[in-house]
Amino acid sequence: MIQFAAIILMMLGLYGLLTQRNVIKIIISLNVLEIGLNLFIISVGYVDGGIAPIFTGVASTNAVNFVDPLPQALVLTAIVIGVGTTALGLALAKNIYQKYGTFELDEMGEE
Amino acid sequence: MKNFLAFVASMGLGVMIILSLTSNEFFPEFGSADVSSRVSQGYIDRDVTEANVGVEFGVSENLESGPANIVTAIVADYRSFDTLGEVTVLFVSSLGVALLLGTAVQGRIKLDFRPNFMLKVGSRALFGIILMTGVFIIIHGHLTPGGGFPGGTMIASSILLLYLADDQFRTKVTSFKVLESFAGSLYVLIGIAGLFIADYFLVNFLDNGVLGELFSAGIVPIIYVLIGLKVGSEISGIIDNFLTEEVA
Repeated sequence: MIQFAAIILMMLGLYGLLTQRNVIKIIISLNVLEIGLNLFIISVGYVDGGIAPIFTGVASTNAVNFVDPLPQALVLTAIVIGVGTTALGLALAKNIYQKYGTFELDEMGEE
Repeated sequence: MKNFLAFVASMGLGVMIILSLTSNEFFPEFGSADVSSRVSQGYIDRDVTEANVGVEFGVSENLESGPANIVTAIVADYRSFDTLGEVTVLFVSSLGVALLLGTAVQGRIKLDFRPNFMLKVGSRALFGIILMTGVFIIIHGHLTPGGGFPGGTMIASSILLLYLADDQFRTKVTSFKVLESFAGSLYVLIGIAGLFIADYFLVNFLDNGVLGELFSAGIVPIIYVLIGLKVGSEISGIIDNFLTEEVA
């Protein structure tokens, strides 16, 4: 049931994307959306009492109760791509600020 | 009015997703996921293409995939081609940042504070420790949590520390570019070597060794070190682009 909190986080990010008019706030909304999605994907693979999917001296055979490793691998991919898109968005924001002197979309294009 | 519409739209979408998940019999309750009925069980048992022989830490030799860290086995072995694409996405985004922010003659951006002597010396002492931790995480990526991506980001964070603590500091950007291209090309070349030695792209053509030893898992640690170098140099390049500006 707790994984629906991740859905709420996603919807919070979507609401921010739809309503905000500030470039930085839009990028932050995108990140909140992405974090919610990542949490949800991770939560799908959780097993009660499961341990991290790494063979060690304690969890030494494949009969151990591991959590699902596949969502974790997929989220590892998603996090890295999220960093790339955030960096690109912030670079665009910096260029916008240098040209217009503001981050607000409504105040642009007046001079 | 517009905010209210957006609120209704996102609420409606959220309720729709939650309702469709709760009424779906294939969607597991939180904590009761059945891993043994999923694809992931094949990754844990190492029997995707070969028969299941049983996996035991420190004993099993030459399994289908060598890393003790199952997530690494998926990221850098079973789905290595996917990781190559992911590294390419990161490369393209760092290229885009360089295109948007790069200028012909670059100098450091003016900071609002002047770092004092203690800050400079202390950050240089910390720099080595953080860098070595990142390198350790990269090298042990197939045995312990972590790997190329977190370790590479850690290396970039040590560079960021130097940038923030010294207002004159700049890295040698060209050498980062060379390192990045070197690591990326070598990743592709290892893949093509697999095409010639065995049958398909990015096949693990080295000996897998004993599960859980440092020198095991064939080409996986090599690929993860290359990924770590590439991610570290790319993110360092992004940091450099953000903290420099055109010199008049």
